[in-house]
Formats: sequence, C-alpha cells, structure tokens
Amino acid sequence: MTITVFVPRDSTALALGAESVAAAIVSEAARRGLDVNVVRNGSRGLFWLEPLVEVASPQGRIAFGPVTAADVASLFEAEFLTKPTHALCLGPTEEIPYLKQQQRLTFARVGIIDPLSIDDYLAHEGYLGLKAALSLTPAQIVQIVTDSGLRGRGGAAFPTGIKWKTVLGAAGDQKYVVCNADEGDSGTFSDRMVMEDDPFMLIEGMTIAGIGVGADRGYIYVRSEYPHAFAALNDAIATATAQGYLGDNILGSGKAFHLEARKAAGAYVCGEETAMLESLEGKRGIVRAKPPLPAIIGLFGKPTVINNVISLAAVPLILARGAAFYRDCGIGRSRGTLPFQLAGNIRYGGLVEIAFGPTLRQLLYDFGGGTHSGRNIRAVQVGGPLGAYMPESQFDTILDYEAFAAVGAVLGHGGLVVFDDSVDMAKQARYAMEFCALESCGKCTPCRIGSTRGVEVIDRIVAGKERPKQVHLLRDLCDTMLSGSLCAMGGMTPYPVLSALNHFPEDFGIAVEAKAA
Amino acid sequence: MAEASGIETIKAVVEAKKSLPGALLPILHDIQDALGHVPSEAVPVIAAALNLSRAEVHGVISYYHHFRQHPAGHHVLRVCRAEACQSLGSEALADHAKATLGCDFHETTADGSFTLEPAYCLGQCACGPAMLIDDSEVHARLTPEKFDAIVAAKRGAE
Repeated sequence: MTITVFVPRDSTALALGAESVAAAIVSEAARRGLDVNVVRNGSRGLFWLEPLVEVASPQGRIAFGPVTAADVASLFEAEFLTKPTHALCLGPTEEIPYLKQQQRLTFARVGIIDPLSIDDYLAHEGYLGLKAALSLTPAQIVQIVTDSGLRGRGGAAFPTGIKWKTVLGAAGDQKYVVCNADEGDSGTFSDRMVMEDDPFMLIEGMTIAGIGVGADRGYIYVRSEYPHAFAALNDAIATATAQGYLGDNILGSGKAFHLEARKAAGAYVCGEETAMLESLEGKRGIVRAKPPLPAIIGLFGKPTVINNVISLAAVPLILARGAAFYRDCGIGRSRGTLPFQLAGNIRYGGLVEIAFGPTLRQLLYDFGGGTHSGRNIRAVQVGGPLGAYMPESQFDTILDYEAFAAVGAVLGHGGLVVFDDSVDMAKQARYAMEFCALESCGKCTPCRIGSTRGVEVIDRIVAGKERPKQVHLLRDLCDTMLSGSLCAMGGMTPYPVLSALNHFPEDFGIAVEAKAA
Repeated sequence: MAEASGIETIKAVVEAKKSLPGALLPILHDIQDALGHVPSEAVPVIAAALNLSRAEVHGVISYYHHFRQHPAGHHVLRVCRAEACQSLGSEALADHAKATLGCDFHETTADGSFTLEPAYCLGQCACGPAMLIDDSEVHARLTPEKFDAIVAAKRGAE
C-alpha cells in the first residue's frame, strides 16, 4: 500500500532544509523497499517546527518536526509511516494547539494541498467563488464584497468593495486589476505564503475582481526577493490558463481575464501603489500625486483596481460562502479574519489567522510563547517598518484597526516583529530614518531630505550634543514628514521614530523624569 | 559569461520582450539573468527598441537596487538586515560575513567568488537571520558557523 508523506516546499521550509529531508525520505524508502509517495505541500505556518513532515493515516495526518535529513533514518527505524512513537512525533497535525486555536479562512488550504495541483485546489473548495461570480452581475459581485466588510489587508484598510465600485463605475473600455505583491515589510510573510502555498486562490480572487469591475487583464507585481513565489505563480497561471480558468473564455462564460506575474526589482517604495504602477509601466518607481486615484486613472492611464494579496485571496471564499459568513467574524469595523505574522525574536514564530478581537498580548504569549531568546519582550513593531514600536503597557490593545489607531499605532497587515530587552531603541529609530533615506523615491522633500537629516539629529541626540534642542528638532522634523510627505514612506517613518522616543526615552539618553516634565 | 555573445543575447531579449506593455523591467531582468548584470552596451539597444532616451533607460537601471551595472562574483549573497532579522542578531552576522569574506556590502571578494549585498526582507521573518544566494537558494536561522559552512560548500563546489 502506498503511504503519502508530505514535505513542504514553502521557502521557509526549504531554507531550513526541507529539500534534503525530502530527498532523504525518498532514498531511504527506496532502500527499504517501501512504497512512499512524497507530496510537496505548502507550510502549515508553524515555522519553529519546519521542516514539518506529515504522514497520511486513516486518523488524519500525523506530524513530525522539526525534521533534519539526519533524522530520516531514525524515523524509518521507528516505523514512522505507521507508528506515532518517534521522539519528533507531534501527534495529529490538526490537534496541535497553535493550529487548532486558529480560524483559518483564507489559509484553510495552505499546508494541506499541493500548491501546484489544480485538482487538489478544486477538491478543497477551489473555484467555487468564481463559479458563483459567473452567475452574478458585476454590480452584484461588488455588492457582496462590500457587504462582507473586507478592508484592504495591505495595511491601509480601505474598504475593498468601495474601491471596486469606483472602478466599475469608471468610464473606459480597458481596465486593469493589479495585485500588490511587493511584500517588502519586515515581519510579513502571509503574501508570500499565499503565492507559494496556494497560488490558485490568488488567481481566482483576481479573476473575480476582473469580472466584478470589468477588467480583462491583470498583473501581479512580485518582489524579486521572492523567487519561489514568482515561480509558483507562473506555474499556476500556466495551469489555470490551460484548463480554461484564465484566458478569453473563462469556463465557457464568454468572459475574458488574462493574468501575468511581473517581477519587481528591489525598490521598497514600489509597495506604494502609484510607485508600483510606474514600475509596471517600465519607469522608475516614483510616487504619483493623488488625486487622480488609480481607480480612475491607474495603470497605463486606465481605471485600475489595486489590492493586496491577502485582500484578493479572501474574495473566493466570500463569493463561495456569502458576505455574511465573512462579516460575522471580527469586531467593530474590522470584519473577518487577519492572518497575523509572528516574527522576529519570538519562540513560536509563524502564521496565526484569527478573527479580529483578541489582544496583542494573547498573540505574543498564548501563541508566540514569548521571545526566542528567553528574555523579556521589550518592544513589538506592528505593521512593518513604518509601524509604531509598542511597549508592554500597550500589549492589551485589541487587535482591531481603530483600537490600534487610537493608541497611535498601526495594525497594518498584521506583521509583528518582537524584540527582547537587549534592543537599543535609539538604534531602531535611527534605522527607520536610515531605511527611509535609502528607499525614498526622492520626489518629495520631507521624505528625501528629512530622512537624512533625521539620521543626523538622532546621532546628535545619542551623542548628547544639545540634547533637548535636538529632541525638539526631531519632533519638528517628524511633524513635517508626517504632514508634508507625498506617501506613507516619508509620512509614516515618524511612527517608529516617535514611538521609540516616546516609549523608550532612556535609550536616547533622556532621563525618565525629564520625560514626565 | 557575457563577452562575445553579450550583445546578441541583449538583442534577442529585447526582440522577444519589446512588445509587452511596460516592457523595460522584464527586459532588464532577462538580460541580468542571462549575463549576470546589465552591461552599458544594452542601454542604446533597449532605448532604440522602446523609443526611450538612453537617459531614461539608464535612470531605470540605476534606480532599482536589484539591477547591477557591473559583473558580480560567482555567487551573490544577500544578507537580510531588516528589523525581524535584526531582532535575532543579523547585524552581528553581517559583520561576521564582511570580516570572513574581506569585503563590505556591495563589494566582491578578492578571488571573485562572492558578492555581498544587503537585503531588506526575504520573507523568512519567523526564522531569521536569513540569506538569499544567487536569487534562488534561501537559508534561515543563520549563525556565523552556518554561514561559514555554506560559504565553504560553495567554494568547494567550484
């Protein structure tokens, strides 16, 4: 009897040796004359357990991890294909608390299916959303997405349905759907996981968007730092096209949608939507002034829907199961789920998809288990390099867009980077300015010049040169950047800088009593 | 790698891709993938085919961190120095890499084996510090020892 063994092909699993583990399993099985079928699935997102090997059994999949190639012989020795006795055995995968306590909607298939198998995708609710969409009018599709309460998952949290409605209503015979897959923020990997581990979901979401707004062409703008995601997308696009899910006549409906993955070239600012459009047009990624909104004048001057990977990936399920299903999860104006990403110095790093509502502390400790180093958590940067550093006193903030905004922080895309108590927050603030100087597109002065001056001012503060004056200057500079920058690059760099200064003044050499004064 | 066939490769890439909407980045990627960098002789060829000025083409090449105008070493090591990797000691790892290789970021080792580049996030943020080799091979949870072993293995394979 053939026994199926799953070894992930997700790039984090590969980075931890999954390729050699898979090879070792194949050769050891052959040597022992065992009939083993190795399937390369995506990752479950329990990254401290990667490479996580699973064995299919009548009771469901049994997990072993983290497995190295050197462990493979002993796994066979312990008859891991049939017996859950090896020291690395974690029991049934679905029963691992970290996974069991999640509410996986967007990531329901991730880690379960072979990402490049359209048959696997179809067997797990794949393309039900598109089939539903094909029986609806564009206005009905847009209404369902609006009713679901879905907000842009790239960080800005703008209601997706409203954006679609604008494009649907815009005049023009050529419209575009662009997926922003320039996931450049440190601490984020959910976009990458969707592209590598369930690419058909993104393709389906974009196809629905195209039909919904009347666009017959789409682009996915993927970072050059994500070679595995780019390859997986190209493979999946070719399969979807060959099987009639993309092309001139989608599933015989007479509707057309063509999709192409485009590789970025390492400019962080191209994650800003108008800079991304410039880049797709073959230009330097320089931010455009808004208005006009890209929904009216976007790619090649045409009405364009621009959504993040996770927003588009949420769409198939919303169409398949209805708006209410999605809207019923969450809290306040934050509806549905967010795939949080636990990153940095964290014990149990990985992907945690849950509905909005719990606290940051629950994520950090109940899921994350504290730091990797075993020291205390001192600061958490939420929402990427342009997000605020949050101190312990803010850990009870509810995971909700508005609750984070109320404490001067950003929930953004739900990426969390944890730092232990060895971190120097003045250094982190300096890095934020340095990064802005490096990545600024140069179009507006507050960002281009402000970031360079910001590094210098922080250096003077740390060196103790006229510290009170320089602190005043830094605040004034941040105010100018916040209010005067063209986009979030310069406009939000003050978030990490000022949060570090406000919550951790001692790292800047400012006495704590002076802070109170 | 480039040499005599370089200009022919450039012409072939330009011919194959010039009719794509927004063709410049796809063309530059293909040239760099084939030749290891985008040589200056590519600029007039691309400019003519896309009806751009040479300054515009040069502007794009020099704007993006990914494109290089000069050949790199045999292997390009991109060490992540973004926040998540910083929280797990990527700065010390970068210092170790520079000391071991004897070159700074954006430089190539004396023997031409390695070019060291910084990366700003490789999406391995739960398992830092991370490194990407030759835009294809990812490594996570790096330590100085693991870094040395990887470098030694690459040297041995040559």
